Amino acid sequence: MNQVIFLILRRMRLPLVMLVITYAISILGLVLIPGIDDTGKPWHMDFFHAFYFVTYMATTIGFGELPYEFTDGQRMWVLVTIYMTVTAWLYAIGKILSLVQDAGFKQAVTEQVFQRNVRHVSRPFYIICGYGDTGRILLKSLIQRRIQAVVIDRNQNNINLLELEDLGLFIPGLCADARRVETLKEAGLKHRNCLGVLALTDHDETNLKIAITTKLLEPGIKVICRAETHDAADNMASFGTDHIINAFDIFAQRLALALHSPGAHILYDWLTGVPNEPLMQPLEPPRGMWVVCGYGRFGQAVCNNLLNEGIEVSVIEANPEIAGELDQCVVGRGTEADTLLSADIERAVGIVAGTDNDANNLSIIMTAGEINPDLYMVARQNRQDNQEIFEAALPDLVMHRSEIIARDIFTYLTNPFLIEFLQRALRESDEWINLLVSRLVAIVGTHVPELHLVTVDQENSPGIIELFSKSEKLSIKDLVRDSRDREQSLPIIVLLRITKSGEVIMTPEEGEEIEKGDRLLMCGSAGLGPRIDQIVRNYHTLSYLHSGTIETHGWLLRRIFKKSQ
Amino acid sequence: MNLEKVIFSFFIVFALTLNFGFFVGEIDNPSHHNVFELFAVIVVNLIATFLKFGDRTHTGATLLATSLVADLQLIAAAIVWGYVEHVSPTGMTGEVMTSIVSLSGGALLANMISVILLVVDTIRQRH
Repeated sequence: MNQVIFLILRRMRLPLVMLVITYAISILGLVLIPGIDDTGKPWHMDFFHAFYFVTYMATTIGFGELPYEFTDGQRMWVLVTIYMTVTAWLYAIGKILSLVQDAGFKQAVTEQVFQRNVRHVSRPFYIICGYGDTGRILLKSLIQRRIQAVVIDRNQNNINLLELEDLGLFIPGLCADARRVETLKEAGLKHRNCLGVLALTDHDETNLKIAITTKLLEPGIKVICRAETHDAADNMASFGTDHIINAFDIFAQRLALALHSPGAHILYDWLTGVPNEPLMQPLEPPRGMWVVCGYGRFGQAVCNNLLNEGIEVSVIEANPEIAGELDQCVVGRGTEADTLLSADIERAVGIVAGTDNDANNLSIIMTAGEINPDLYMVARQNRQDNQEIFEAALPDLVMHRSEIIARDIFTYLTNPFLIEFLQRALRESDEWINLLVSRLVAIVGTHVPELHLVTVDQENSPGIIELFSKSEKLSIKDLVRDSRDREQSLPIIVLLRITKSGEVIMTPEEGEEIEKGDRLLMCGSAGLGPRIDQIVRNYHTLSYLHSGTIETHGWLLRRIFKKSQ
Repeated sequence: MNLEKVIFSFFIVFALTLNFGFFVGEIDNPSHHNVFELFAVIVVNLIATFLKFGDRTHTGATLLATSLVADLQLIAAAIVWGYVEHVSPTGMTGEVMTSIVSLSGGALLANMISVILLVVDTIRQRH
């Protein structure tokens, strides 16, 4: 940064010195050459007037011959100085203006401004590397949670988009290469409020470099990486990357989960969704023979998961080399009817259009739909801007990579306990899951529920602690009562209770008592967080919910009531 | 021999000598202090300042600072002179001359520091 400023100053040296010298010569000449004043007496111009005259002459403003009309001798000198100073002035100004326009200088200024903005971030923040589709979706969800972020992208267009977007929070953005250590530092890697680095670029190598830089410089900071291949994922895991996301694997696992246990899939989908978005329709993929088009990274992940579920799979792949590795594979793109027919599409119950070309994927599901209208259709969407045509094509399920990654990271960042809950839930019986789903349906209605974590300690819930200090006991039922009418319960489900000693209780009973140090994961409709916060922070509300009597608050009222008793 | 160094040192020393020339004499006597000399000091000082632009060394930065101080003092002296000659009804007085010369005295001190720094830097280079 400083280097550029020094370079600019250095380049300004010559024009400035030239300007000073030409001015000095012109002024000196004007002072020395004798003139005649208005009364005809000889007169010498003084430095004040000479400087005044040269200043307006050199800048070609030209107020005329002041204070008295010049003699011919003076005019001859002025003729010389005009060419000298005007040239020097234009040269100097031109040079300085061109330096200010210099790309290096501009970059230095933007970096300076960016660094200052990052320094002034007063809230905990994440560094987002790569502001493509994934970054955009993730940033929006983070901002909804009022979580601050800093964005780096290599493409200036993406940074321009960030500046134009109305996000409601100021998000500093810089166009720079995140592989450079310096860039990450500028983005606040060493800032005390930095919570983590999210490497979301398209290139595994870049993500790898970001992860390793962060882990070496700031081992305490969370690193979350997106990986396209298993090699890269293993490599990232080898030096302790906190969370690695492979969108293809996640989607294939979900699809398999939906086949295996539809209830668990709904649970997963609803709890990890973006709060207050409309709920997705439950997936009910049929069991039977499936056709998978495209055996790339995505196709492989889907095939493996389907085969694990014991489902018959027929593969179509355009590249004969990849197709040759498989025992049974139809070579072709899958966009034509004959390829699909030779893959037994008429007998199949579902099709996965999983190539890396959106137009081909759409073509596949439309052709397949004409042959076999009852097919369950899954399409892979590669680009966010094709959203509308994918919606119009009406496949049963769209695999949208950016959204999957963004959702997964968001859940990981904002709700670590949810992951714990979901992992345990998947091990429960189908009946248990279905019961929970039906309870969820009753409370959430048509939108993705909000989740909220209550920690029972002085800082987060002083109301509860105050109640405990009066040796009262509090049950979960008391917490979810409606503060307007305590006989009514708020539409809230307590999903998880983790006690101080680390014991985990799934969907605790209403009558269970809370203890100090507990953490409760709650799930409810919109506005859950503030409502619960107000209850656990306010002792008076809480004691009303608990005992049903309203305590008098102030010292004066208490005295009056005591007397009247 | 480094030509850049020669030019650099020339202007720094020249600024000091001219400044000294203007400064000596009775402090309140206008005839002891020549206006041409003040003009020359200002020009040479400005050139010396601009020559230091972009020097990344520590001495370079200090030299730039002392030069800027000298510039400020001298320009202030010139403004006072211009004001008293052309704007103020009193014309040049001994009092005003005193303040002009003392301003240039401050600049002289700054220029002296510049030269000392230059000498120290040169000696250090030798070793």
